[in-house]
Amino acid sequence: MSADATQRAPKGAALVAAPGFANLARRHWPWLAAIVAALVLPWLFFDWSTHRHSGFALTMLSEIGLMSVFALSFNMQMGQAGLLSFGHAILFGLGGYCAAHTLNAVKAGAMWLPVELVPLAGGLGGLVFGALFGYVATQQRATAFAMITMGLGELVAACALMFMGFFGGEGGISTDRVTGISLLGVPYSSSWQVYCLVVAWTAIAVLLMRLQTQTPLGRMANATRDNFERAQFVGYDPRMVRFYQFALSGFFAGIGGGLYAIVYEIVTFDTVAAAKSATALLATYIGGAGVFFGPLLGTIVVVLLQSGVSLLSNAWLLYVGVLFIIMVMYAPGGLAGIVAQHAPIARIGRLRELAVPYLRILVPGVLSVFGFVLLIELASFTTIGVAQGKAFKIGFHAVDPATPFPWVLGAVALIGGGLWLRLEARGFRARWDALIADAKAKGAML
Amino acid sequence: MSEPAIALRGVHKSFGRTQIIRGVDLDIPRGQRHAMIGPNGAGKTTLFNLISGRFSVTSGTIALNGRSIDGLAPHEINRLGLSRSFQITSIFPRLTVFENIRCGLLWARGYRYSFWHLLGGQRALNEETDRLIERLNLQTRRNVPAGLLSYAEQRALEIGITVAGGAEVILLDEPTAGMSRSETEYAVALIRTMSEGKTLLIVEHDMSVVFDLADVVTVVVYGEVIASGPPAQIRGDKAVQEAYLGTEAA
Repeated sequence: MSADATQRAPKGAALVAAPGFANLARRHWPWLAAIVAALVLPWLFFDWSTHRHSGFALTMLSEIGLMSVFALSFNMQMGQAGLLSFGHAILFGLGGYCAAHTLNAVKAGAMWLPVELVPLAGGLGGLVFGALFGYVATQQRATAFAMITMGLGELVAACALMFMGFFGGEGGISTDRVTGISLLGVPYSSSWQVYCLVVAWTAIAVLLMRLQTQTPLGRMANATRDNFERAQFVGYDPRMVRFYQFALSGFFAGIGGGLYAIVYEIVTFDTVAAAKSATALLATYIGGAGVFFGPLLGTIVVVLLQSGVSLLSNAWLLYVGVLFIIMVMYAPGGLAGIVAQHAPIARIGRLRELAVPYLRILVPGVLSVFGFVLLIELASFTTIGVAQGKAFKIGFHAVDPATPFPWVLGAVALIGGGLWLRLEARGFRARWDALIADAKAKGAML
Repeated sequence: MSEPAIALRGVHKSFGRTQIIRGVDLDIPRGQRHAMIGPNGAGKTTLFNLISGRFSVTSGTIALNGRSIDGLAPHEINRLGLSRSFQITSIFPRLTVFENIRCGLLWARGYRYSFWHLLGGQRALNEETDRLIERLNLQTRRNVPAGLLSYAEQRALEIGITVAGGAEVILLDEPTAGMSRSETEYAVALIRTMSEGKTLLIVEHDMSVVFDLADVVTVVVYGEVIASGPPAQIRGDKAVQEAYLGTEAA
C-alpha cells in the first residue's frame, strides 16, 4: 500500500532508455505478465484446422476483462471508500447505453469517433451519471448510502422499461461496431480484434484505477473509510471525498459498459439491473475488497463459473451463492486476503511446511465438495434435467437418479468428508497458529 | 494581535432539555497554553466539540481569531487554523503511520481533492512527513498500519496528525489518558515541543500534567467556569478545592 512512498523515482539524468525499460519491467513484471497471458490465452483454444479462434473462449475472456473493470470500479467505492453500493450497475449500464448510441451516431454519419475511443464515450456517460447520482447518494454514508443506491438502482431499472427512446425497452439498443472509422485501420469485424481492444482498455482502466489509489483523493477516500470524523479534522469534507470518488468510479464503470456495448453489440436492460450490481459485489467479496487486485481475481472466478460451469450445470448460480457465503463466513478478506495471510509465513521462509497440512485438508475437502455437488446435481436433474432429456453421468458411468445409490453416495461423501475435514482442520489450524506465532516472534507480521 | 485566538461569549448548549453548558465566557490569547479541568460530566469535552464545530451552540457565539465560527462545519473550522485530537484515540487504523501523517498534511499543502498528483512523487511533502515522524519518534513504525501500534504510540500519532497541518490553535482532549507515568512524561514533552509558539487548549485529568504544562487553568464545573487563572492561583482557590481538587490538592 505504501510502496509509492518508499520507492523514489529515479533521477532524471539516470533515466536512459534501455536501463529504464529494464527497471520498469523488473518493477512492474506482474502487469506485463498479465497482459502477455491475456494475449496468449486465446491461442490455447485456437482451432488450427479451421484457422479460427474459439468464439466461446474469446467471449469469456472479453467478459472477464470488462467485468474486471466493472468490479474494480465497484471496489473504488466499496473497498477504498467503504461505500457499499447496491446499484453500481446503473453506472455500467448507462455507460453501455451511451456507448451504443455513440456507435449508432457514428454509423449514421452524425458524428466522427474511432471505435477505439468509443469506450471513452461510455466512460464520460458513466462520469456524468456518476456525478448526478453521486450528488444524491453521497449525502449519506454507511447504511443510508446503501439504501439510496438501491433505490437509484430500482429507479433506473424502471426507467429502462419506460423510456423507449434511450433504453429501447425490453429489446434494448442494438448497435454495430463495424463503423469503418478506426485509428489503427482495424475493422473490428472479428472477435479477436475486439478482444485485443478489450485487453488494451482493460489494461488502461486498471492502471488508471491503480494510480488513482495513490493520489490525494484516493488516500483520503481510504482515510474517510477508516475514520470520517478524523478526516474532517484534517480539513477534508468527507461528503466531497465520497462525491468525487463516486463520480470517478462511475467513469470507470462506464468504460466497462462501453466495452460491453462493443463486445455484444447490444445493450439491454439487464446491464442496469440489480443482478448486474450483485455480480460486482460477489466478485469483489470472493476476490477480496481489501486488496486492489482482489476484485479482478473474484471476477475471474465468477465469470468462469458463469460461462464455464453454466455449460455443465443448471445450478451454477447456486455454486456462486454458496462460494460467496463461505467466503464471507470463513475468509472475509477474500481470495486475495487468503494469499496475503501467507505473506508473514513466507517471510520467515517456512511456507513449505504448510504443504502437507494443505494436502491433508485437500482430500476431505474435495470429497465433501464432490458429495455436495452430486446432491445438488441430482436434485437439479430430477427437476430440470429430465425435462431437458439429458442422461445423468458420474464420470462416464450413466447412473439412474431414481435409484437410491447416487443419493446415498452423495450424502456419505458430503457428511463423511465434512467430518473428516473438521478433524483435519484442527491439525491444520494448530500448524498455522504455530507458524504465525513464529512469524510474530520474528517480527515478520508486516 | 489584540484579539484572542479563541473567544467564547455566553455559550450555552442543551441536549433536549438537559443543559450541558450554561453560559461560558472565555478568552484564550494567542500563544497561551491553556488547560481546562473539571470533574467528569462538567462539559469540558462538550466545550471542545462546540469550539471545533462538531456540535453547534444553542446560544452564544464562538470566535476564532476574531472571526465567528458559528454554523461552520468541522472541516471549515480546521481550514481556518484550528485542529483537535479526541479523548478516544482517533486515527486512520488501516493506513500506515506514514499515510496517517501525510493525510494530516494534504489539505494544508494545497492538494485538496486532487486525483492527478501521484503522492509518491511529491518529494517535499513526503520529506516533511518523514521529518514529523522523526519528531514523534515513530520512524521505526513508519510503515506499520496505525491500528497495530501500541496505545501510547497511537496517542503520539494522533498528536502528530493534529499538528501536521500547521494549525495555529491546537485542542487536545485528554492526551495522556490511560498512559503510564513514563509514557505521560514523554507525551508532555512531546506536546510541549509540538505546540511551541501555538495556542494550546488542553483538557486533562492528570493534575501534574496540567500544572506542569499550562500557563492558565480554567475550572469548569457543571457547565460553568468557576475559576480561571495561573496554576498557582487555581491551586489556592477555595472554591476550586471544594468543587474539584478535593483530596488531590490536600
